[in-house]
Amino acid sequence: MDPRIAAIRARTEYIKRIIPVASGKGGVGKSLVSTGLALALKEKGFKVGLMDMDFNGASDHIILGASVDEFPEEEKGVVPPEIHGLRFMSIVYYTQNNPTPLRGAEISNALIELLAITRWGDLDYLIIDTPPGMSDTFLDILRFLSRGEFLIVTTPSPLSYNVVDKLIALLKERNHKIVGIVENMKRGEVIKVTNPAAKYNIPVLVEIPVVNEIDEVIGDPGKLMHSVFGERMKSLCDKI
Amino acid sequence: MHEWALADGIVRTVQDFARKYNATRVNEVKIVLGELQDVDPEILKFALEETKKGTVMEDANLVFVEEKAVFECKNCGHRWYLDDVRDILDDKIKEDVHFVPEVAHAFISCPNCKSRDFEILEGRGVYIDSITIEED
Repeated sequence: MDPRIAAIRARTEYIKRIIPVASGKGGVGKSLVSTGLALALKEKGFKVGLMDMDFNGASDHIILGASVDEFPEEEKGVVPPEIHGLRFMSIVYYTQNNPTPLRGAEISNALIELLAITRWGDLDYLIIDTPPGMSDTFLDILRFLSRGEFLIVTTPSPLSYNVVDKLIALLKERNHKIVGIVENMKRGEVIKVTNPAAKYNIPVLVEIPVVNEIDEVIGDPGKLMHSVFGERMKSLCDKI
Repeated sequence: MHEWALADGIVRTVQDFARKYNATRVNEVKIVLGELQDVDPEILKFALEETKKGTVMEDANLVFVEEKAVFECKNCGHRWYLDDVRDILDDKIKEDVHFVPEVAHAFISCPNCKSRDFEILEGRGVYIDSITIEED
């Protein structure tokens, strides 16, 4: 028997809302939306945790400009370090920035381990940055964090809509809550394919234009939150 | 996994098990300690003794069994033990692996072909091998 499963329940019981940010498709801006939303909620005075579960493509620490050289503090588990007011956990604290190729079962094991050891304490929100796809990490989130309220990120592209459609169908099959959709990288032209939001009657909470200077504010949360992107994240806070 | 968090998980798991089978007491819990995670049995034992107070497993005998870590390369099929690569594991790496054993892939590669695509066959971490109870 795996003693970590019971530990996960205890580690997350004082978190009011868990919001996994998902898309199914890579490259649509999940990490920026996860990090931006977490920072915006913190600015509004909430207690917020951010967990980067994209083990193969962890990047939230880059967006935050966080140093991950030191271990998180140990205190009957692991206490996530506070980065720009967020309690932040990522596998990068333990990989020393080395490539860490993991197969599915190992990804699952690492995820269970992190969930079992991380002591979030009281939180209003735990934002979870999920990897693309619907494989192990995503399935484990459905299994272990079933009360998660999913925020779905898409770009206005038929390629993204197609995957998001399947993601929504999967979540609805098991009655998982979906708080809404973020449409990222809007370019202004007319798209011939309809956003699946309408098909499933899910609200599009915010539309974010292509922000050309976004790379210049990565690593500087202050500047990020003063950009067009940051303003949209503040608006998103009021709608979730 | 930190020993205290682990003890908490073990006690909760045993309590769930005892409830499921209407146990009046738990006589013994056998816990396997995988070599790779390098959990300190003394700290774990102390944490368990403290955590199990007032629970159905308060008087349970705790048995610890150590399991050697065995790896198998997915690329070339080579099998090896932790001792074969121990010289590359400094204190920082040991701490990393202690918390999340899967990050072994960040530091260890197959001694034969250097691939990081290997499987941890045995001795990864901690699990409960058996729980002996008394039923109603």
